[in-house]
Amino acid sequence: MHVIVVGAGAVGQAIAANLEDSHDVVVIDPDSDIVEKLNYSHDVLAVRGDGTELGTLREAGIERADLVIASTDSDETNVVICGAAKAAGDAFTIARVRRRTLLETWEGSRGAFGVDFMVCTDLLTARAIFRIAGLPAAHDVDMFVGGLVRMAEFEIGPESPVAGTTVADADRWDSLTFAGIFRDDEMIVASGDTELRAGDRIVVIGSPHSVTDFSTDIAAPDTASPDEVVVVGGSEIGFQTAREFEEHGYSPRLIERDPDRARECAEALPDTMVLQSDGTDAEFLAREHVDEADVVVAALDGDEKNLLVSLLARRLGVDRTVAVIENLEYADLFETVGIDVAINPREETAEEIVRFTRAEHTEKIAMLEHDRAEVIEIEVGPDSALVDGPIADVTNDLPSGVVVGAISRGGELITPRGETTIEPGDHVVCFVDGDVLEEVLEAI
Amino acid sequence: MHRQIHVDWRAGLALVGTILAAFSLAFVVPIVVSLAYGGEDLWVFVVSMVATAGFGLSIRQLESEPDPGAREAFLVVALTWLLATVFGALPYVLAGNGAVAYPVNALFESMSGFTTTGATVMNDISFETHSRAMMMWRQLTQWLGGMGIIVLAVAILSQMAVGGAQLMEAETPGPGVSKLTPHIAETARVLWLAYLFFTVVYIALLYGLHLAGYAPNMDFYNAIAHGFTTLPTGGFSPEARSIEAFSPAVQWLVVPFMFVAGVNFVLWWHVISGDPWALFRDNEFRLYLGAVTTLSLVGTAMLFFSALETPETGVIGGNLERSARYATFQIASLTNSTGYANMDFDAWSGPTKGLLLFAMFIGGSTGSTGGGIKVLRWLVILKSLRREVFTAIHPEAVRPVRMNGQVLDEDAVRGIYAFTLLYFVIFFVGVGLLAADAARVGLELELIDVVSASIATLGNIGPGLGEVTGPMGGYESFPRSSKLLMILYMWIGRLEIFPVLVLLTRAYWQS
Repeated sequence: MHVIVVGAGAVGQAIAANLEDSHDVVVIDPDSDIVEKLNYSHDVLAVRGDGTELGTLREAGIERADLVIASTDSDETNVVICGAAKAAGDAFTIARVRRRTLLETWEGSRGAFGVDFMVCTDLLTARAIFRIAGLPAAHDVDMFVGGLVRMAEFEIGPESPVAGTTVADADRWDSLTFAGIFRDDEMIVASGDTELRAGDRIVVIGSPHSVTDFSTDIAAPDTASPDEVVVVGGSEIGFQTAREFEEHGYSPRLIERDPDRARECAEALPDTMVLQSDGTDAEFLAREHVDEADVVVAALDGDEKNLLVSLLARRLGVDRTVAVIENLEYADLFETVGIDVAINPREETAEEIVRFTRAEHTEKIAMLEHDRAEVIEIEVGPDSALVDGPIADVTNDLPSGVVVGAISRGGELITPRGETTIEPGDHVVCFVDGDVLEEVLEAI
Repeated sequence: MHRQIHVDWRAGLALVGTILAAFSLAFVVPIVVSLAYGGEDLWVFVVSMVATAGFGLSIRQLESEPDPGAREAFLVVALTWLLATVFGALPYVLAGNGAVAYPVNALFESMSGFTTTGATVMNDISFETHSRAMMMWRQLTQWLGGMGIIVLAVAILSQMAVGGAQLMEAETPGPGVSKLTPHIAETARVLWLAYLFFTVVYIALLYGLHLAGYAPNMDFYNAIAHGFTTLPTGGFSPEARSIEAFSPAVQWLVVPFMFVAGVNFVLWWHVISGDPWALFRDNEFRLYLGAVTTLSLVGTAMLFFSALETPETGVIGGNLERSARYATFQIASLTNSTGYANMDFDAWSGPTKGLLLFAMFIGGSTGSTGGGIKVLRWLVILKSLRREVFTAIHPEAVRPVRMNGQVLDEDAVRGIYAFTLLYFVIFFVGVGLLAADAARVGLELELIDVVSASIATLGNIGPGLGEVTGPMGGYESFPRSSKLLMILYMWIGRLEIFPVLVLLTRAYWQS
């Protein structure tokens, strides 16, 4: 595929890096320093110029482009880039926007502005925070097949009842499939005799209900679904997160330091209690009983501040801390220091965008542990390797590292077992090891 | 030292002249009534009409193309109301019958009419003293003042389209005018149409009751006369004993229409155009409905368990229908400032009258024809007080005040506090001045008379709660100076203080 990425900011670079191995990527950015750096650091072609200009787009090869991704910092610019790209060629256009209202306009009439797909990074991040915060002990949660199937990644604590048992022993939840296990740097595909150890991160796929049951069962006994939610930082992500909680019937609290921004948030969020204060002021946090919160979400601008807030909340006795971490390298480090979940906005955006570079039937992608493995949803075609017999047989023919997690047939969820047969037209959610991804995608 | 006047008063006056000239057409109604009843007082109304039109047309000459701005809006609105009152008083003086023949009394009656107050200095309300045309004119002044003279002018005079929104803003009760349509004239027309619609329906129902035999004395004349004073929350009646003169069926019919008059007519427009739920989505309407219902129930219980009995009404205590009828009627009448009476509530016990006094401070809704402080202001005050309590517990909490889901600007909240405080200050000053003035001339008044005279005129309610100011009494016995003060109070009460108050500041004229 010929992919043009306009705007080499943090998200643009992350997307380029994700695609460079398997596609021809051209990056356009007006900053010559960035362009020069990109040409050396990544296996992409970087072009200096204005992405809204036809000349620059032509230079990047717009005529033969299959995909144009506009991810500059300006919403309007991104929309214009898509419009220009549509005028010059017939690439699939993706615009990244910050403003939710723009997304809502586009959703009202898909294809508006010449944009084929629109992603709102902050909204995606907020939704991810909501999904993960709502499930005790979860590190990552994603929905598939329109909400019928849920994937979740959990860390198994030392007191968890499944620690020390094998997958076969632990497999007592209906319509739930154990897909994979991350242990230190290793990725293990779950099979019946795999042992689950404390400290493992385990990926399960199943119905939303069974995943919730599983999470309550394996989590430490005192962690229930969250009632008290505190969001620190009225950044766009913090704001959208509070709104996401609000829309699901919660009454979160939002702490924002800037008086004007606090007022703005309070005006737009009728069910949120907005507090205008410094989220790192321990005396204030104690006075407002933030220590009694079930979840604290750190969504300030700056990874260090989010780390500080999370550690402080931990110290006060908050059950779970979720922090927005922009820098991918920090994420692991921060999780070792004491943040329960680090969420990376770029990864959330990449998950949405990357699927358009895949074969047409890929419906959704969730990346796990920085893309060491993926959970993907595909619509099975008649030529797929999956339809040749029972699952036990077809997965043997595929490279090792594939687990079929859930099947949806005509809106019904089918829990796959060895003897189940997949039919064309089914939606299949499977866990795939990152190393064999290309190969597997080819076959199925 | 000569100071430059920065108000374009010529343009303002010219516009007032235009409005007055159009306003003179209103005299057609009493002229028609007079002709229908044998031509009594015909010349009075013809002369008044000619005088009003002549004066209006002559001051219109001050500026050929008046283009008043935001500042002149206050002058135009305040002067229009004052001059309409003066020319509206002319027939009383010219006819020369009864107490209203005296200029101050005539002005009082006229101001009380246009501002829909309903306080009267007529001590002999009967067709022996006053012609039917004169009594109809008195009713009509309330109907014209109800939805607003300016709103009417904006609706019918094309040259008022541009500055019309500012003028309406200054005249309409409650904070803010909501434009329903892009053209302000259309908005004004819509409001008047909704108002006219209810008036016509109401008159038809009243007369229907008469034809069906449930209201022997509610003849066509009375149906129209009361149609003219219910929807504007006026309160004038050509019957000396107000609504008491009519059957219980009529009294029950009046209650819902008084209630309707106290609701924002913008909401009624939505209801008429097919969205009845607009009413219940509105915070102000819900509070208004809740307040009137609660007060009526409390009042009913208080009357039911009392031993109240008067010669006119018979035994009320222990009679559920009568208790409910008298309590609901008076609460509906005094809450939104109508001022009708279906009995002499001066006979009520102290605590029950206290309930009525409380109701008088509530007022109608924004954009209704009612006077007073207005339900919306109370709602905002209640909400922001609740916020104060909340922020005392959580000092860092940021809590906007919301109305119908929309955030209210903090300036608007402050404005509402300022208005309400000023309202109370003016009310208390009025109590003091009226008491002092009564003492000066040796008029013996009870405190309740003075207190209720102040709120009844400032709130455009009409009758007070004492023996003198009560529904069956009259304001005639007050000294002339007190009457002038009350005329001022009715004027500033109708225009919600500020448009008149700014005219009295030096800054308005010179900076």
